[in-house]
Amino acid sequence: MMLRSLQSLGRQGIENVATLGRAGIFLAASLFAIPRLAGMPLVIRQLYREGVLSLVIIVVSGLFIGMVLGLQGYTILVDYGSEQAIGQMIALTLVRELGPVVTALLFAGRAGSALTAEIGLMKATEQLSSLEMMGVDPLRRIIAPRLLAGFMALPLLAMIFSVVGVWGGKMVGVDWLGVFEGSFWGNMQASVDFHDDVLNGVIKSVVFGVVCTWIAVFQGFDLVPTSEGISSATTRTVVYSSLAVLGLDFILTAVMFGEL
Amino acid sequence: MTQNFVEVRNLTFVRGNRVIFDDISLEIPRGKITTIMGPSGTGKTTLLKLIGGQLKPQKGSILVDGLEVTRLKRSELFLLRKRLGMLFQSGALFSDLDVFDNVAFPLRVHTKLPPDMVRDIVLMKLNAVGLRGARRLMPSELSGGMARRVALARSIALDPDMIMYDEPFTGQDPIAMGVIVQLIRLLNDALGLTSVLVSHDIQESMSITDHLCIVADGKLMGQGSPAELKASGCAFVKQFLQGLPDGPVPFHYPAADLSTDLLREAAR
Repeated sequence: MMLRSLQSLGRQGIENVATLGRAGIFLAASLFAIPRLAGMPLVIRQLYREGVLSLVIIVVSGLFIGMVLGLQGYTILVDYGSEQAIGQMIALTLVRELGPVVTALLFAGRAGSALTAEIGLMKATEQLSSLEMMGVDPLRRIIAPRLLAGFMALPLLAMIFSVVGVWGGKMVGVDWLGVFEGSFWGNMQASVDFHDDVLNGVIKSVVFGVVCTWIAVFQGFDLVPTSEGISSATTRTVVYSSLAVLGLDFILTAVMFGEL
Repeated sequence: MTQNFVEVRNLTFVRGNRVIFDDISLEIPRGKITTIMGPSGTGKTTLLKLIGGQLKPQKGSILVDGLEVTRLKRSELFLLRKRLGMLFQSGALFSDLDVFDNVAFPLRVHTKLPPDMVRDIVLMKLNAVGLRGARRLMPSELSGGMARRVALARSIALDPDMIMYDEPFTGQDPIAMGVIVQLIRLLNDALGLTSVLVSHDIQESMSITDHLCIVADGKLMGQGSPAELKASGCAFVKQFLQGLPDGPVPFHYPAADLSTDLLREAAR
């Protein structure tokens, strides 16, 4: 009994390592197949599907998260008479953390799961095989444009998220609760540093974009082509992406802001 | 030019712990229709994938038009595949493209033909399968038989030397089936193709095939013309072609003797 559970633990471990290896080779091969100029229409189309179609959920979430930040920040800060600082608080929270992280989580749920399901269904309906049999490399035609579009879409979405969030915070803080507008923007301007805060936030979202799209596309490509396989792969995409984003966020934060 | 388009020699293919092909050899003659038959799960589709180089065998050689598929480089393999058409069981049309664009796809990817020439070729190919009028429909709007005909038009778009059909008759109504049977024969003769059919629809396949290979349990049970095989003395071939429920392939899944099995239940 003991031996058997040990055995299955070992097997599981080996399988996981093998999957990780496959995923690595897959990413490397796909990056080599990244489309040149002639393939750009494919990338633009994916950019529309992964980026533009995710805009609504990103904008709405950004708006509400900004508004909540404004409200919470105000109720806490007003006790110390420093409610003018909410501009700074909202902007830093969004640009450094919530922008990249929440956008990545939403992206994994909205675009990542769709990518996995789409590629999985292409595999199940033999579309990938038929491409291969036509002498067209599916990595070049299907996978690489989606990867590239994901890499580009997530940082852009994260920026939009942060901007809309700041606007939502301003609506609550300034327009509703009556914080002086000058100090709202002034404090924000004085405290948000382009290099330390904005750029680091963008770097985070680039990393998350790579990881989320990679997971989504690989799960789709590697799944067992049955309805059960597709559903469990879609779930795995969302779960793995979310965990990877949260874990990496801690590591990146430690590296970027750890010495503070 | 060799007489056989495809020659499979001493092929062994193992998937996991299962031996799919065990030292199998067979030929696919040039310019003819060859049908590969066998019970479900004997790896007929796997054989097509091996011929197309999508899978690599553990042992043996596969010659396609004189080229050793198992040893081709990736780029050479893609080059060879341009000369092979394959019709998948589901049709495998690209669901985001309409019928016209599906058929035009291989032309646009592999050739630099001007758009109006692509249009002419696509319309000719669609006309050959009788679906010129359906060119603006999306794959989701097609019936199963129509989808397969579009896929057929797509697989002949580049004028291949050989077409492989994976279970072309499965799940078709009698009319669609008749259309496809006739199309396979017509295209083979009109375009001078070599056709390979994987199927277990005996009547339909026998009616058009020139050469028949029966595969079961990883082995070749017999090959030859339909008439030769009908006259064959092999018990398995006889059972398979006549569709008898019991014979070398038993009706019962291997189990203990019925009476002992029942008595053991009762003794509990």
